[in-house]
Amino acid sequence: MPRSAATIRRVETALAAASRFALVTLVALGAFAALLTAAGKDPLKAYVDTVLYVFGNAYGFSELLVRMIPLLLTAVAVALPSRMGLINVGGEGQLYMGAWLATAGALGFSDQPAVVLLPVLTVLGFVGGGLWALIAGLLRALRLVNETISTLLLNYVAPMIVGFFIFGPWRSPESASYPQSPAFVDAARLPGFLHTRVNAGLVYALVCLVLYRLLMTRTRWGLEMQAIGGNPEAARQLGIPLFRYILAVMFAAGGVAGIAGMVEVTAIQGRLVSELSPGYGFIGFLVSWLARGGAGGIVVMSFLFAVISSIGDILQITQGLPFAVVDILMAVVLFIVLGRRPAGRAR
Amino acid sequence: MLECHEAEGFFGAGMTGPPLIEASGIVKRFGSLLANDVAHVEVRPGEVLALLGENGAGKSTLAKILYGYTTADAGDIRVRGERVEISSPRQARALGIGMVFQNFTLIPALSVLENVALFQQDLPAVPRRRDILERIASHAERFHLAVDPRQPVRQLAVGDQQKVEILKQIVGGVRVLILDEPTKVLAPQEAEGLFATIAQLRAEGFGVVLITHKLREVFRCADRIAVMRQGRIAGLLDRREASEERLLALMFGEALVAPARRPRRPVGDGPTDALVLDGVSTSGGGGATALHNLSIRIRAGEIVGFAGVSGNGQRELGELVMGLRRPHAGTKRLWGVDASRWSVATVRDRGVAAIPDDPLALACVPGLTVRQNLALGTGRRYRAGLGVDWQELDGAMRRSFARLAFPLPNFNAPAATLSGGNLQRVVLARELAHAPKLIVALYPTRGLDARSAMTVRALLDEARDSGAAVLIISEDLDELFAVSDRLLVLHRGAITGEFGPAEFRAEAVGPLMVGAGASADAA
Repeated sequence: MPRSAATIRRVETALAAASRFALVTLVALGAFAALLTAAGKDPLKAYVDTVLYVFGNAYGFSELLVRMIPLLLTAVAVALPSRMGLINVGGEGQLYMGAWLATAGALGFSDQPAVVLLPVLTVLGFVGGGLWALIAGLLRALRLVNETISTLLLNYVAPMIVGFFIFGPWRSPESASYPQSPAFVDAARLPGFLHTRVNAGLVYALVCLVLYRLLMTRTRWGLEMQAIGGNPEAARQLGIPLFRYILAVMFAAGGVAGIAGMVEVTAIQGRLVSELSPGYGFIGFLVSWLARGGAGGIVVMSFLFAVISSIGDILQITQGLPFAVVDILMAVVLFIVLGRRPAGRAR
Repeated sequence: MLECHEAEGFFGAGMTGPPLIEASGIVKRFGSLLANDVAHVEVRPGEVLALLGENGAGKSTLAKILYGYTTADAGDIRVRGERVEISSPRQARALGIGMVFQNFTLIPALSVLENVALFQQDLPAVPRRRDILERIASHAERFHLAVDPRQPVRQLAVGDQQKVEILKQIVGGVRVLILDEPTKVLAPQEAEGLFATIAQLRAEGFGVVLITHKLREVFRCADRIAVMRQGRIAGLLDRREASEERLLALMFGEALVAPARRPRRPVGDGPTDALVLDGVSTSGGGGATALHNLSIRIRAGEIVGFAGVSGNGQRELGELVMGLRRPHAGTKRLWGVDASRWSVATVRDRGVAAIPDDPLALACVPGLTVRQNLALGTGRRYRAGLGVDWQELDGAMRRSFARLAFPLPNFNAPAATLSGGNLQRVVLARELAHAPKLIVALYPTRGLDARSAMTVRALLDEARDSGAAVLIISEDLDELFAVSDRLLVLHRGAITGEFGPAEFRAEAVGPLMVGAGASADAA
């Protein structure tokens, strides 16, 4: 009996999530259409073009999946700490630092075969992002600085560290005019599938999602994390080690975002560049927020945001608008989400 | 000792004239809960009306309706015979109705004078300090409410803060004063002072509504007693016709008989020490009270009570024992082993259980299910791989509920949907499931109705008899006298006295709760 009741409840929440998703999408697209019309553009054409481009051919769809990879990873990096009440706004910085440490590995161990190098780079990407998030975690665990503030501010530091290295020690001799690292050796390139840009990063993202879900639903760590998120004082009194949890979870979360950075440099760019991410970390935050930290919701919302950025591409190509107009669409989505949120509630 | 009824004269009970306030047909619902369904209640000039009832009986709701803090769904309120609409506390005060809440509404940074002035209806744009000072002085003397008007409120003791609360109401021209469980925060002799104030108010023709669940106070002060049960007035008695049995019967709907207490077992030097504190001090900070040089010995098979006015280190003592707070001097031993540096998890694993006063805030996660809550803090007991052996946990917790004779809750329900009493049962079932060897109970019956409180006390007794050591912290001396084998008094983080059962008297213990015998003369 309780099993069927639980199933019904699960279906109900899924339906509620789906209708929430549809509503957010419709209102956002509607508002954006009004804006495009006001600017003298044809929103309907843009939307139709997007649908044809994304779903009309294999290439368009593969690019959609490529866009989803960093969003999935950075969303998990936000969702994981959010379950214990920690707000990680630092996915962007953690992504950069993951890319940075992975690059150090790719340049330093370039003589190693791919079977050795790729796992090492994956670990380095994880550790790079993880240590970066650990700074904020430690400050929070010591009750010095709130993690929301520190993760946000560290976002501005990480690209500068990357900048320092690609302007300085790692500057590629071949492209003296353009700041970037030398190209990675082939062994350091994450393989793609079927001659598209879709790469093994998608596997990383899905594995992270599954692990995240299992952690939260099946393990006592997930239970204790939810206890900390639900009532930190009770958790403390019941002997759950908050200090260790904050450090471990922030490290793991940063690590997942770091893998997103590692995937960007090893699969997409093939080198470390300064404009590595068009704000994946921030969009990942939106994705996780919209999905309320649920693994399934993260997939759905990442898809939505990948489509939105495809709309940006289309507008750029067919109607001569800058890519940045999608920022408006994302802002509209954010406003709707924040507007729906009842006052005084965290989630 | 002052007696409330010494001024039985012209202004005594039964003074004629229209009631200061009367309420009829008051109905108030919170969702599906019927909080109030009061046919009629009135307060006459020069009388003390006690609203007696258990927690959740609707006393505070009724009071808040009279004070305009909440509005009733239906009903009729008359002030001095005239029908009025009271939709805000401001209106209530304009009509001469004042209320002192359980949580005071003073502004800590301001002085007594400023707090009183703020409350005046007719406060001019440029207040004249001298006028207000004079008014304070004349009222303070008459009503036994002496406080230094220049002192900032935050420097005042709780008892003095209460005096300021009452003072600001009287100076503000209030004629009906509602007091919501005023003695909860007071030491016994401070309560005597409050009773003197009430007696004077009564003598001068004020109407006083005293909300309480303590029978002793009712007999001490009230002219008439309105017993509330489940939102209704179950009975309205004159004090002369009231007896303890009748009041209890009205409060609970049936005779409630306390089980006979098991004889106290004398604990010799034989049994092992469960908890030993040897010269332990902790640092304060963050609003915590520092503990000074505590040396305590609690043996297996005894219940040791800690008396004290709230905020004198009780919570910190509990946290020290549980490992939430570390000593910076001295040692804490559990069963002979130095446990000063043990984590909470270790302390709990070794057989220490905690019963907190506020289970929802301190021992439960409302968003998790009952089953998940039962698993929290159980250490390694139900580990299975990376997860939890839910079947084994279920079995053990079912047995614990059965042993405690608690009704089995739905383990799948979110904890937030349980009532306070049921949540307390969940916590008790979890904490007592593994035969703890030391139980730390902080205000374990606060917020519980008399029946549940009795059950908890019986459980502590049982645990004691089966060899556990019990440390119980409470503000309620009657409770401590009833359950303790030994009583220690905490004042400002230090032990100021120790009593055996033969010396369990409020007159003896009370003075130590407020700092040695200094204020004993005032009582």
